[in-house]
Amino acid sequence: MNVSLLTILSAYLAAAILIGVAPTRFRRSTIATAAAVMVGTLVWVLDQAGSVVNGDVHIETLRWIPSLSVAFELRIDALAITFISLISGVGLGIVAFSGAYMRTKPRFNRFLSLIVMFAGAMIGLSATDNVFGLFVFWELTTITSYLLVGFDDEKAGSRSAALQAVLTTGLGGLALLGGLVLLAQAAGTASLAGIVASPPTGIVATVGLSLALVGAFTKSAQAPFHFWLPGAMAAPTPASAYLHSATMVKAGILLLLRLAPGFNTASIWTPVVVSVGLATMVIGAWRALRQTDLKLLLAYGTVSQLGFMTALVGFGSPAMLHAALAVLISHALFKSALFLTVGAIDSTAGTRDIRKLSGVGLQHPLLALTGALAAASMAGIAPLLGFVTKEAAFAALIDAQKWAPLAIIAASSAATAAYSLKFWWGAFATKPQSPEHAGGDPAPLRTIRTLIAAPLILASAGVVLGLAPGIVDRLVYAFAPGAKLVLWPGWKAALAVSATVVVLGVIMHIKRESIDRAQQRFVGGRLSRISADEAYQWTIVALNRVADRITGVVQHGSLPLYLAVILTAVIAAPMVAFGFAGGVPTLPTGPFSLPEAGMALLVVAPALAALRVSSRMVAVLLLGAVGYAMAGIFVLYGAPDLALTLLLVETVVIAIFAFVLSRLPRHFEIMVWRIRSAVRAAVAVGVGGFVAAAALLASGQRNPGPSPSAAYRDLAPAAGGKNIVNVILTDFRALDTLGEITVIATAAIGVAALISGFRTPVEEAE
Amino acid sequence: MSPVLAITAGALFAAGTYLIMQRLLTRIVIGLGLIGHGANLLLLGSGGPPGAAPFTDQAGQAMSDPLPQALVLTAIVITFGTTAFLMALAYRSHALTLSDAVEDDQEDRRISEANRRSAA
Repeated sequence: MNVSLLTILSAYLAAAILIGVAPTRFRRSTIATAAAVMVGTLVWVLDQAGSVVNGDVHIETLRWIPSLSVAFELRIDALAITFISLISGVGLGIVAFSGAYMRTKPRFNRFLSLIVMFAGAMIGLSATDNVFGLFVFWELTTITSYLLVGFDDEKAGSRSAALQAVLTTGLGGLALLGGLVLLAQAAGTASLAGIVASPPTGIVATVGLSLALVGAFTKSAQAPFHFWLPGAMAAPTPASAYLHSATMVKAGILLLLRLAPGFNTASIWTPVVVSVGLATMVIGAWRALRQTDLKLLLAYGTVSQLGFMTALVGFGSPAMLHAALAVLISHALFKSALFLTVGAIDSTAGTRDIRKLSGVGLQHPLLALTGALAAASMAGIAPLLGFVTKEAAFAALIDAQKWAPLAIIAASSAATAAYSLKFWWGAFATKPQSPEHAGGDPAPLRTIRTLIAAPLILASAGVVLGLAPGIVDRLVYAFAPGAKLVLWPGWKAALAVSATVVVLGVIMHIKRESIDRAQQRFVGGRLSRISADEAYQWTIVALNRVADRITGVVQHGSLPLYLAVILTAVIAAPMVAFGFAGGVPTLPTGPFSLPEAGMALLVVAPALAALRVSSRMVAVLLLGAVGYAMAGIFVLYGAPDLALTLLLVETVVIAIFAFVLSRLPRHFEIMVWRIRSAVRAAVAVGVGGFVAAAALLASGQRNPGPSPSAAYRDLAPAAGGKNIVNVILTDFRALDTLGEITVIATAAIGVAALISGFRTPVEEAE
Repeated sequence: MSPVLAITAGALFAAGTYLIMQRLLTRIVIGLGLIGHGANLLLLGSGGPPGAAPFTDQAGQAMSDPLPQALVLTAIVITFGTTAFLMALAYRSHALTLSDAVEDDQEDRRISEANRRSAA
């Protein structure tokens, strides 16, 4: 089978459009369409994986803007294949789940269309090699995420969460673009693989790398940008499961994984990436323990786990990258399963609040089993994939003798085990203290069964892959050679760490009330005043205030003032250029002609008089006088056609004015000016002086030599005319004349529309 | 270009600029008309020294450059169209608001005023 990834991407786009425009009643067909695209992708992935795990790289190129080296260059390697299988595999589960979960939503097709659109963008993002293509796909995922977070757009909370998410990741996206441009410039290639193969060094490359890191950190919700991810839980639960746990938030990790082989030796890489990752892991785990909303608990858990992956990538050695990608895969599986479990609980119990839920496990044992499998994988309990991958991370850290990071990661992992237990206990246990069973409208049992299918399969994947880790290992090893992923590592230090972590987690869960009190005391302290979310809110308010200030100053609304500023700039800018050019320009020395001077006087005198007169009609007549005198100058300059035309036009213009002025007041009203007339006079004299000086200077630079108009003169007889001006207008430059006629016709239509066919407000009021 | 022509064009630009930095549409139209005349003089002057009218049967004599003349002819007609349109605007503005003044942008004014109040 020889299908290109570009074809698949087009299929996603086509499917998204089809689903988006389909009427609501075609729900089954739209689900089938979305599922078909994802299944097709899975089949394609299986077909490709065979050669990719052996180190083959497939490259596809679609040129877009060659001059700027912007292209869709797809590079299908082990990392891309890993991501594409997660996107299409988890995506299939999401599609199946959404059909049942959102059964009462009237805008289901819109939701599904966005999911498919996102999946396509994310696949493009994971495979693209061109840095500009990467940015385009990156922003596409941001936009679809925005639309999905704000899907319940009648709720103000959803809208502000969506805005927060898009502003944070959008800002990161801009930083990323800047960083990628700098890196591409420094490396001399727009290919990501090319940049990594010979990584640029120096100040430009360092700045570029820092900006790219900011982009990755915002997208993957790393501290201090982590606050948008819990907010994004306003999205429908299947979207949260898909974008905000399994795939999109991994885009930052993906970028780090792509950059790591080239930049892990850069001076800023390890210190920055590792410390950001560890801080995020701790903050996320701490906050997750404090949540009572199951979905928020999972969201902070995601923040924590993303920090874990970031820290591993920060160390940059092949073994660490190997472990990071393995953790990423297991996290995508168990976290999406957990989110979907929460969705199912929400559907059946009408709440996802730990304090209200009770007895769900007894009602739905299969759902409880699903939750148990996924939560156990999250906690790192054997024989699940979560255990295998975490074990690999511990082993890599021990081999590298990174004791302090290991301690932080182990402590956070203990907290992870604790909140995994809290999750399962809170969701399914029968609690005596539960005062109420939140009512709502429980879904029918048949729907619940459908809802359980997708998370159960995803959670089971964690079991199967945990028992047979070789499948994951082949993919991950093709990306970065590390220690083999095995279910039974033997009696080694890493196993002891794993066991300690789980035991500690269990103890933390049992002692949860005293831990909660300790957290409470800490939160009361000074540290809690520092909140990234509040910093965000403050920034937005301050930004709006500054924008208002600037708008108030530069955009004050007065057209005359705008003109004064623009014209001053028009005079000043070339003056500066003149100043820098230096040298003394040669002025033209033409013969002085008395008739010309006389006509010039006749032109200027009425023009100046028009400035001061108070009668509208007199002002218009003075304009006419200028026009007639201009005709005189045209005659002196051997241009009888111009003179005739101008005389005609001036006469018609005066007639139009006379018609309009008959409706307007006879005299100009006295207006209150925002600019004093002295200022206006200064600007006016400046403009006039500038024009005269520029005209003189320019004609002083005139090139002697054959006039370009000579060709017109020589060819005019062939065009069949004696009057060369006429021949130019009607023959040589006939298209210009056509344009001119179009302008006049348009103006005529405008005039007709303005003069006739409207009612005055007085008539309307009647 | 003769200095007289350049200075005349400059004077027309100055007078026109003074007029367009106002609010009454009638004055703005007159100002634009003056600037148009000034621009036409510049075009004409760019053709070099004046000569006989550009007809093919006047071979031998020094002839004015026909190309700038063609450009000026186009410019005159376009200016005419613009003037007619602007006057129609003034007419309608007066019919609706009883004035042909160009008012400040209300929204911009509102932001500007709000700033002044919060600063005070």
